[in-house]
Amino acid sequence: MKRRSLMTTVAALAVMMGSLGAASAQDVLKFGAAAPKTGPLAGGADVTHWPAVRLWVEQTNAAGGLQLADGPALIELIEYDDQTNPQQAIQAAQRMATQDRVDFMVAPYSTGLNLAAAPIFSQLGYPQITGSNVTNQQPELSAQFPGMFFVLGRTSVMAEDTAQVLVDLRESGDIGNRVALVNVADAFGIEMAGISRAVLEENGFEIVYQTSYPLGTQDIAPIIDGAKAANPDAFIAWSYPGDTFALTDQAIVQDFSPSVFFTAVATAFPSYYGRFGQQAEGVMGMGGVNPDDPAFQAFASAHEELSGQGPDFWASASTYATLEILGQAIEATGSRDRAVVMEYLQDSSNSYETVLGPVQFNDMNDNERYWTVGQWQDGVFRGVAARGRDGVSDVVLKDGWD
Amino acid sequence: MSTRDIRNLILSALAFGVVALLPFYDTGYILSIATTMAMFTVLATSWALFSGPTHYISLATAAFFGLGTFVTGYGFQTMPYWSLPLIAAVLGAGLAGLVGMVTLRLSGVYFVIFTLGLAELVRQLVTWVQNRTGQRGMYVLTSITESHIYWQLLGMAALVFLVGWLIGRSRLGFALRIIGNDETVAKHSGINTALAKVLLFMVSGAAAATVGAMLAPRYIYIEPSTAFAPLLSFQVVIMALLGGTGRLWGPLAGVIPFTLLWEFISRHAPNQTLLLLGLAFLLIVYVLPGGVVGLQARLKRRFGQGGH
Repeated sequence: MKRRSLMTTVAALAVMMGSLGAASAQDVLKFGAAAPKTGPLAGGADVTHWPAVRLWVEQTNAAGGLQLADGPALIELIEYDDQTNPQQAIQAAQRMATQDRVDFMVAPYSTGLNLAAAPIFSQLGYPQITGSNVTNQQPELSAQFPGMFFVLGRTSVMAEDTAQVLVDLRESGDIGNRVALVNVADAFGIEMAGISRAVLEENGFEIVYQTSYPLGTQDIAPIIDGAKAANPDAFIAWSYPGDTFALTDQAIVQDFSPSVFFTAVATAFPSYYGRFGQQAEGVMGMGGVNPDDPAFQAFASAHEELSGQGPDFWASASTYATLEILGQAIEATGSRDRAVVMEYLQDSSNSYETVLGPVQFNDMNDNERYWTVGQWQDGVFRGVAARGRDGVSDVVLKDGWD
Repeated sequence: MSTRDIRNLILSALAFGVVALLPFYDTGYILSIATTMAMFTVLATSWALFSGPTHYISLATAAFFGLGTFVTGYGFQTMPYWSLPLIAAVLGAGLAGLVGMVTLRLSGVYFVIFTLGLAELVRQLVTWVQNRTGQRGMYVLTSITESHIYWQLLGMAALVFLVGWLIGRSRLGFALRIIGNDETVAKHSGINTALAKVLLFMVSGAAAATVGAMLAPRYIYIEPSTAFAPLLSFQVVIMALLGGTGRLWGPLAGVIPFTLLWEFISRHAPNQTLLLLGLAFLLIVYVLPGGVVGLQARLKRRFGQGGH
């Protein structure tokens, strides 16, 4: 008897929930997002990915939702943890699409997870606008996955622009010819070091010190030792978050201060300046923003308000921009039909107003306008090199650590 | 071959046939879970082939698996696709043989620690080579769909079951059971224990490498940090132990509930996956010490059915 009444209650609840769902289905757009909450990339996703996604959802809903042809629709966000595991990223995308039946999906975090999920997005017809995926394979990828879009930029361009900063500084007589080049021995570091080495040598730079270190290494001291002994004008490190901090730490300890000090990923994190403060002044890294742009300022303060931390000065804005782009495509078509929205996105004559400035995709779904190199100047990570962006600041030479 | 064996063979073949029809029913969510299950079935069963009878806990699955993904990563553009799992199997067996000869004389916890380190060692080697040659992350862009991968894994699972069944009936299988019970006795009975262990370890290494080679097109982007993720080794051990290693089908009885449980937790408590998983492990260890196989044996004993 008891069991029976329990069953009845459950059934009644189910019916109620079902009818609720039916009543509100008209004015809700379901968005699914799977990204790391655990695993090696959870820390990065927590700074760059999740706050930007939640901020966009909150702001869009506060403004009354997205305007569809049949009226406004609020966003409902479904979040999953992909555990920094490609297997789980695939399964989460499947789950969101076929079980939760989300209308749209937020692209995952990082290059590897985006690529693992790409066949699912593509097969089920979901646009995949990526904001934290740097690759050089846009032609191949867009041919295989026509619904995959690239906002953050190309690896080769980033490495070239970094080398170009040195070329320009030498041309103006600010630095000499000697470069120390180190990299984390992982896919990213190896590729970037290879490209920048080629560009530097082509331009007559002398690589006075080159080495690599395994991902997750604890002992950075010998690297800074070696670099310091080679007495370079510029120090370029294609590093990941952990080693970006460790290299900077060690350079300060050993008072190794070349005129150019460049560390790659995470240099643009607010926590980098939080950790090193004044000493971070003049350090260069990947990414950058135009902090004088009111659109970015508004984004930064809203980000701080929502998540208690400022955005990073690189992929936070591009992650946010991916959703702005998706939202604008949905509103422009007034449709929740993915095929219609996809067609709009694939039309390379359309352009989008984003926190990054205007974005347009070329026929390889690639955004050609983005920041490539930034530098800490007066507590802000200013873009000092960019493709097609306004507000590029001048590079300053690093003047010691004090 | 007894009539019972023949009956079991026919039943297993039928079961495989039915399971192989799945992609015609659904190519979405269910297939993606089934692919994961098929992958872990091969990994856990082949793991148990070696670790079950010998009681050597190997945490090297990720090393072989990663090796396999890199075989596909390097080879898929220049070599015919069908040859890649074979090459992976040969390399996996080779690596296992090499490692086995050196380490299977170690016992107990020393062996466990070594195999855990092996994945890291291979990963660092691959990275070192990539660093030397300026190679980078690889993009395995193919037209292979999830259904293809699923069928390949099913085929592999059938093969592993067949091999396991044959080994169980062979002198080698008998020798391994003796080694597992008491290695000293085995030695004194004239069994070449080192050879027996190395052979089995090679079978299990080859299977894991093959699975890696088959799965590379699913991951698309191959980099050492994901290909050699140590979590995989632990998942395989846990699933196999949950099922129980006493029987050939034991690991399968662990893989299915474990995959469903993991999916359930990921779906309904995405913020507490690791916590709930840990609690699930504790429960398994306390409630099901012998795995599902052990539970079955206990029930049989209690109700007096069957003759085991």
